[in-house]
Amino acid sequence: MFRAKAVLTGLVMLAMIASLATGATGADTIKIAYIDPLSGPFAATGENGLQQFKFAADHLNRAGGVLGQKFEVIGYDNKVSPQEALIQLKKVIGDGISFVFQGNSSGVAHAISDAVLKHNERNPSARVLYLNYSAVDPALTNEKCHYWHFRFDAHADMKMAALTDVIKTNTKIKKMYIIGQDYSFGKAVAEAAVTMLKAKRPDIQIVGNELHPIGKVQDFSPYVQKIIASGADAVITGNWGADMVNLAKAANDGGLKVPFYTYYAASDGVTAAIGAAGVDRIRLVHDAHPGNPNSPKALADYIKEYKKLYPKNDINQVRIQTGMNMLAAAIKRAGTLNVDKVAAALEGMEWTNSSGDRVVMRREDHQLLMPIYISVHTNKNITFDFDNSGFGLLLENKIDMDKATQPTTCKMQRPGA
Amino acid sequence: MSELVVFSVLNGLVYGMLLFMLASGLTLIFGMMGVLNFAHAAFYMLGAYFAYTISLYTGFWPGLVVAPLAVGLLGAATERYGLRRVHGFGHVAELIFTFGVAIVIGEVVQLVWGRPAKSYEGPAALDFALFHLFRSSFPAYKAFMLGISVAIFLFLLAILTRTRAGLIIQASLTHPGMVGMLGHNVPRVFMVVFGIGSALAGLAGVIAGPVLGTFPGMAQVLGSIVFVVVVIGGLGSLTGAFVASLLIGIVQTFAVALNVSVGDVAGAAGIRVASLPALHDLWRITVAQVAPILPYLLLVLVLIVRPTGLFGTRET
Repeated sequence: MFRAKAVLTGLVMLAMIASLATGATGADTIKIAYIDPLSGPFAATGENGLQQFKFAADHLNRAGGVLGQKFEVIGYDNKVSPQEALIQLKKVIGDGISFVFQGNSSGVAHAISDAVLKHNERNPSARVLYLNYSAVDPALTNEKCHYWHFRFDAHADMKMAALTDVIKTNTKIKKMYIIGQDYSFGKAVAEAAVTMLKAKRPDIQIVGNELHPIGKVQDFSPYVQKIIASGADAVITGNWGADMVNLAKAANDGGLKVPFYTYYAASDGVTAAIGAAGVDRIRLVHDAHPGNPNSPKALADYIKEYKKLYPKNDINQVRIQTGMNMLAAAIKRAGTLNVDKVAAALEGMEWTNSSGDRVVMRREDHQLLMPIYISVHTNKNITFDFDNSGFGLLLENKIDMDKATQPTTCKMQRPGA
Repeated sequence: MSELVVFSVLNGLVYGMLLFMLASGLTLIFGMMGVLNFAHAAFYMLGAYFAYTISLYTGFWPGLVVAPLAVGLLGAATERYGLRRVHGFGHVAELIFTFGVAIVIGEVVQLVWGRPAKSYEGPAALDFALFHLFRSSFPAYKAFMLGISVAIFLFLLAILTRTRAGLIIQASLTHPGMVGMLGHNVPRVFMVVFGIGSALAGLAGVIAGPVLGTFPGMAQVLGSIVFVVVVIGGLGSLTGAFVASLLIGIVQTFAVALNVSVGDVAGAAGIRVASLPALHDLWRITVAQVAPILPYLLLVLVLIVRPTGLFGTRET
């Protein structure tokens, strides 16, 4: 009897401590849902993103939050599965959260985007905003665009236009191999590469255009052999997460020594996997200054502060901070958490990010317009490395916003219009 | 072209022999006890994780010995204290038991090591290209994997065919009652075989972890393929497992290397694809894209044509 009572008291006390712990942040915070892979082959990418979101939120909170409230980022694991993401989205909506960030995988992005659109049509009083910080299938801001979706990263065509501009100048390249993950984003990259290369360098022959199952291939050696056998003198890939790590490893092991033009070949274990073998050979198109050389001060401070807290991780997505900051600014401008008003405030918003760039949320399609950077993997002049490997990205080209902008086919349906 | 063939064969052999290390234990256990051990791939995963943890303190090499031993002991204990008790309740109970063990190991691994992949690396001593051929190079670590698995294969073969213990094991496969009557401790034979099978799976995990990744899903990735291997080879047949492992290893590697589409294959078989416009997209899928499902296709074909598997003697 006595023991049962003691156990009960203990449980009650535990529950009280637990409620106190969450109560400090729980009651009147602005909750942000983060629906991305926190397990499986892309967990490293997802976890790292979540940490950068929490860090960006802490930053805002220390400055007093917005409307007197603090931000709280809550992670939901979607295992990069569209079905799982929809289940998590239901949970998010059930938890009363109205701001949803997602970025890893355009396949998931399409599912969430469609579901948010339907939900908002059916529940005009409890709408949800979908803030896409990384899924770059162009369709999301073109034929599939809608009012409740905002994208904070340059889409695949914008990035490919920048990459092909660089490839154009490398006259040594005669044979190109394209390899990507078999889903909407991988296909979008391949399609853009083929059309843009044809326009800019018709003499380049495309000797391979390969799609492999996403997140399923552990050993890329057979693919690497195929690339070598094709005689390619350069490779374009949109691979990310484990698919990029494993491709880099197999390329090193198999002795594939041609230039790589990539979307995501840095950080989250990729930089460490590439190592010395990829110096001056692996290039990456991305959203902000890579920190080397001569990082903008705001960015350098942000990275340093982050590294102090999380020495094992990197700031590799400045767009996460940009997205959080712009959302906070939109809430502030709207003066309310009402999704309709926040969305209206976000449309057309201009912002200067920690990379020192002016970015604009285009009204027509909710695509963030921004300069695009191309950097190279190296260990020379690196102040801020990735994966604590001594290797990092060194800025090579910056394409200004005006040049990086692409037209849209989006015909935005506005609520009430 | 010839370099593609040479390296595809090599890669196929490495992968195939790795499959065999898993399949040999699985098929022996099935042959002996009539139990399809669902936990087999989980032991493979444990091997990789044990070796990863050991490598953090002592480097790669001690893990190569210690991790499989630990997994083997765990396997033997599973048989002695779990499976043997369940045995009396029939095969269904045993099947469910191994299924449960697989889930428990999977969860424990996530609990102890977390969900993200671990950066378990091969030894630095083997981090070089063994040889260069044409424009490609072959990593020494892969040659090492191949060497280990071939050595294990020869070792198993020698034990099973040349020693007294092998004789008893072979006899227990087919006539456990008679072996028991002759005074041998059949349950102990079972335990030893289960332990050795698990240790082999663990060893496969140790050497595959650095190449195929060390993450909580690794058991599922290889586990289903290993079942395919065992069924294609014929349940309980070691020769079958060997042939099927190499077959699947090579088929999968070559499928990736080939640049033909399903339509081309159909065309070669005399089917005019152009006359089937409705399935336009299907015909454009390349063999490389369907590579991951080829083993399962093979499984279905084998089951239709030869339900006992290539070298099996009983119906699956």
